[in-house]
Amino acid sequence: MHWISWMYWLLPTALFFGGIALLLVCMGIWEAVSPTNFRQGYIIPMKTTRGDRLFISLLSMAYITWLWVGVIPLTKLILIPIAVVWIATLVLIG
Amino acid sequence: MDSRPYTNMAWLLVLPAALLLVFNALVPFIAVINYSFQHIYSPQAHLFVGWQNFEEVMHDPEVIHSLFRQVIFTAITLGIEMPLGVAVALTMPRGGRWSGIILVFLALPLMVPWNVVGFIWEVMGRGDIGLLGKFINDVLHINFNYATNGPSAWFTLIIMDVWHWTALVALLAYAGLCAIPGAFYQAARIDAASRWAVFRFIELPKLKGVLTIALLLRFIYSFKIYAAPFTVTGGGPGDSTTFLSQALSTLAINQLEVGEAGAYGTLYFLIILLISYLFYVVLTRSGVSNEESA
Repeated sequence: MHWISWMYWLLPTALFFGGIALLLVCMGIWEAVSPTNFRQGYIIPMKTTRGDRLFISLLSMAYITWLWVGVIPLTKLILIPIAVVWIATLVLIG
Repeated sequence: MDSRPYTNMAWLLVLPAALLLVFNALVPFIAVINYSFQHIYSPQAHLFVGWQNFEEVMHDPEVIHSLFRQVIFTAITLGIEMPLGVAVALTMPRGGRWSGIILVFLALPLMVPWNVVGFIWEVMGRGDIGLLGKFINDVLHINFNYATNGPSAWFTLIIMDVWHWTALVALLAYAGLCAIPGAFYQAARIDAASRWAVFRFIELPKLKGVLTIALLLRFIYSFKIYAAPFTVTGGGPGDSTTFLSQALSTLAINQLEVGEAGAYGTLYFLIILLISYLFYVVLTRSGVSNEESA
């Protein structure tokens, strides 16, 4: 593994990027099984595809994390369930 | 009905570009995120520190001030360059032998490398030999020295950025203007529309797409500006012209705080990603509404 040692991998970041990669693969399979329709949901005020909603949920989650880390001096572990709920909600009904 | 067989071969054609993107953007970006959660003392000694780097960066006054300066600088330069570029494009002849010559002259500043632009304006702004500096000092009798005076440094950098980049907006707006069919102008003449009305109701709506692209490109270039101000003022006097990218490179290269710089770079990237995505939505959605109304 010498050729990636310069990237200084950590278990948490490896899980994070692995999770995102897995999410993308699952979204690809889901798209192949039942293609997305371009529609207006309940949260995002414009028509979006499933992929749009995944991107918006990940980006907004990054900002929620930023706010949490910068402002609220509490545990960061609670961000994991928040992220799961937030991303699932936006992708499904956003 | 299209009878050509459907294949997925087109994906192979995208592969080289995708690979390039993976190696020059995705892999370094992942590495930066990995760094941002560690204190790195040497290639052998690095320590996982959780969110500490992010917390430090978010509460670092130097970072907050440079973000503040960056927003003001970008707002001022875009506020000048966008209207000025459109105005320049409106005065350019559309066709004829002069248009080619004017286009070449207009494009010249865009071909000058960033650090050379910085060098040009470093000399131009000097109070003893520079055209701009000497003019302001000796003719307008205003004390002007970008090395010791904050407002002078800002003035020099803004003039430099306007000189360098207005041409880009002008060229894009000019291309947009050339694409407007003559029938629109004919209709306006029949209705005896004023010059302002032609601009407001024909040219400006037709320019919306190119101006959004111009704004997006200018925003991204401006938000990551580095070499030109670094050459002219080096971020000074004091830190009055230290913008985001220079503060980042100081942290990463001069102070060797690789972990903190990684956290800073991640936040910097998030700002640019959000604003670029908003521009992308505006661009693509305006395309959708055009198709619907057509």
